[in-house]
Amino acid sequence: MTDQIKISIRNLYKVFGANPKAALAQVLAGAGKAELLERHGHVLGLQDINVDMREGEITVIMGLSGSGKSTLIRHINRLIEPTAGRVEVDGRDVLGYGDEELRRLRREVMSMVFQKFALLPHRTVAENAGTTLKVRGVRHRDYIAEAHKWLERVGLKGFDGHYPHQLSGGMQQRVGIARALTSNSPIMLMDEAFSALDPLIRTDMQDLLLELQTELHKTIVFITHDLDEALKLADHLVILKDGHVVQQGEPQHILLNPSDPYIEDFVSDINRARVLRVRSIMTPLNGAAVPPEAHGEVGFNDTLESMIARSGGDTSHSYVVVRDGAAVGTLEMTNLVKALVPRVASEAGARKY
Amino acid sequence: MATYDFVFDGLGLRDWCNAGEASGAPLSMADLLAQGGAGEEVSVWNLPFPSLDALNDACGRISQSRDVTKGVENGFLAIKDALRFVLDPITQPLSWILEFALAVFEAAPWWIMFPVLMLVVYMASKSVRLVAFVTGCLVFLALIDHYDFAMQTLAIIFVCAFLCVLFGVPIGIAMSRNDTLQRMTIPVLDMLQTLPPFVYLIPLIFLFSVTEPKLYGIAIILYAIVPVIRLTDLGIRLVDKDVIEAADSFGMTDRQKLFGVQIPLALPNIMAGVNQTIMMSLAMVVIASLVSAPGLGVLVLRGIRNLELGVGLISGLGIVLLAIILDRVTKAALDRVNAAQKH
Repeated sequence: MTDQIKISIRNLYKVFGANPKAALAQVLAGAGKAELLERHGHVLGLQDINVDMREGEITVIMGLSGSGKSTLIRHINRLIEPTAGRVEVDGRDVLGYGDEELRRLRREVMSMVFQKFALLPHRTVAENAGTTLKVRGVRHRDYIAEAHKWLERVGLKGFDGHYPHQLSGGMQQRVGIARALTSNSPIMLMDEAFSALDPLIRTDMQDLLLELQTELHKTIVFITHDLDEALKLADHLVILKDGHVVQQGEPQHILLNPSDPYIEDFVSDINRARVLRVRSIMTPLNGAAVPPEAHGEVGFNDTLESMIARSGGDTSHSYVVVRDGAAVGTLEMTNLVKALVPRVASEAGARKY
Repeated sequence: MATYDFVFDGLGLRDWCNAGEASGAPLSMADLLAQGGAGEEVSVWNLPFPSLDALNDACGRISQSRDVTKGVENGFLAIKDALRFVLDPITQPLSWILEFALAVFEAAPWWIMFPVLMLVVYMASKSVRLVAFVTGCLVFLALIDHYDFAMQTLAIIFVCAFLCVLFGVPIGIAMSRNDTLQRMTIPVLDMLQTLPPFVYLIPLIFLFSVTEPKLYGIAIILYAIVPVIRLTDLGIRLVDKDVIEAADSFGMTDRQKLFGVQIPLALPNIMAGVNQTIMMSLAMVVIASLVSAPGLGVLVLRGIRNLELGVGLISGLGIVLLAIILDRVTKAALDRVNAAQKH
């Protein structure tokens, strides 16, 4: 994992309507989404979006329906043209690309996975998975072989000759992922890729994606409306509301420091013990000696839920946090319990006094 | 004294009208009759609509309705030669193709045609039962000596339906990609579909020689091309937007998208259009026997003209059998396309 910024979105605006440029002037002059719709009949899709997506990371863009997340991801490969702003991939503004360059970008630099799978019903699974190579002019035999390799990798060995309608939803989306992987592009755009699947299958697919990611280190942009999914997958979490970014950052950090009542609402619903990790609440050693009274060693990335199970609920315990075999910090169970205090409760407490 | 005299008197146009009287338009039958018992007072209940004829009664300078008909006729006759000069060479290949197809279908002996047709039916439908049914129908037609007529009809339908698809599918594709073109084409298609088939024949008879096969070829194609255009346009517009978006996201060119995604996914609708086109060609080929199209229609016409009841009914039955054959075979092909891409 490097710190290289792969995709950079700067001051991006999108207004839907008959005369977006004029409406944009209103937005820049301070008109809100509701006002723009009522007074000018234009819909404000995205408003001053600034996001950096790092190479080899999973950036999750989360928001409810209508928050503009699907619109945002389509700006990255220009399925939707912005009203104003910049979208840079590897430091080059894709909005300046001509037809030929744009096609090359879509063919070789990024590939997309869709919520409704969008497979071709008249082609076999292998032909579907090879579509991304076929459009580049790769010969049939070669792209089928490459597709076969990736189908096997996503757990669809032996299904090459089937047609999409013969597969279940989860399997169809595996084909969708194999299709994106076959293109061997460094960037993967996933538009609510798992939202149409039932919960158990969705968990499977999330695990599959994380497993693939440890190996392939793609730059993944993942759209979802499900906070649990977002927290599970994200290296960098961007929360959208009504077309603007409410908060972005490391997911654990957002969970512990929500900057906005909207996010507190979101965060209050989830199982904090399952999502929070030891690394987010430990006290770093910073060169100090390992305390001798520790009850044992715990992993840097363990969830708090596993810690509660391990301590048997005893809040007096403390542990040494280990990362790659070296001690990096200490964890007091009392701190752990403090981290689990629900946000809404603390707010209610603050109001009382 | 005519009903609408007061209009011209009131407007002070009487002199202008009378000045024109001298030219003396030819009398119509109605005028002649009116001259006999003129002078009847017209009551309010019988007030005629101020049509051209009624106004002409009051003022000789207004044209009569028959002049409109005459004008259209003269207009058409005036451009006829120029039109023929352009259309004749363009449509000449149609005559050749039709003559060639008719010659082939007539020259091929029945013991070659039967297996060939059976093979075609099997390739299209992959159904042995349907092949047996078609063979049964053909044997029946041959048994009552209608085989040659049926083959002539089939030859004309094959040529015309093929040309309809050849021109109709590209027109439909163009319409699906361009809203303006669609708005302009739909009224033309509506007109072609609602004009009574006989009406096509009238100007065509003036344009081309009645002995030329292209005369009925054009009439059939104009009549039958509509469904395949409409359903191609519809089919391509109905292709799942998500799949089109996916195709765009993988960087497909327009051509790759058209041939790799849009046409294959629109194929069930296009095939339904082809089925309709073939059925409409069959309907028109019977009417076209009025302008020397050979085939079963000639027998139907003979039945009507000579009041030969048996001849008319049997040839009608032959047409029904052909219709069933063509419909079943194209439907079976359509079902196979549908089965291959159900979701």
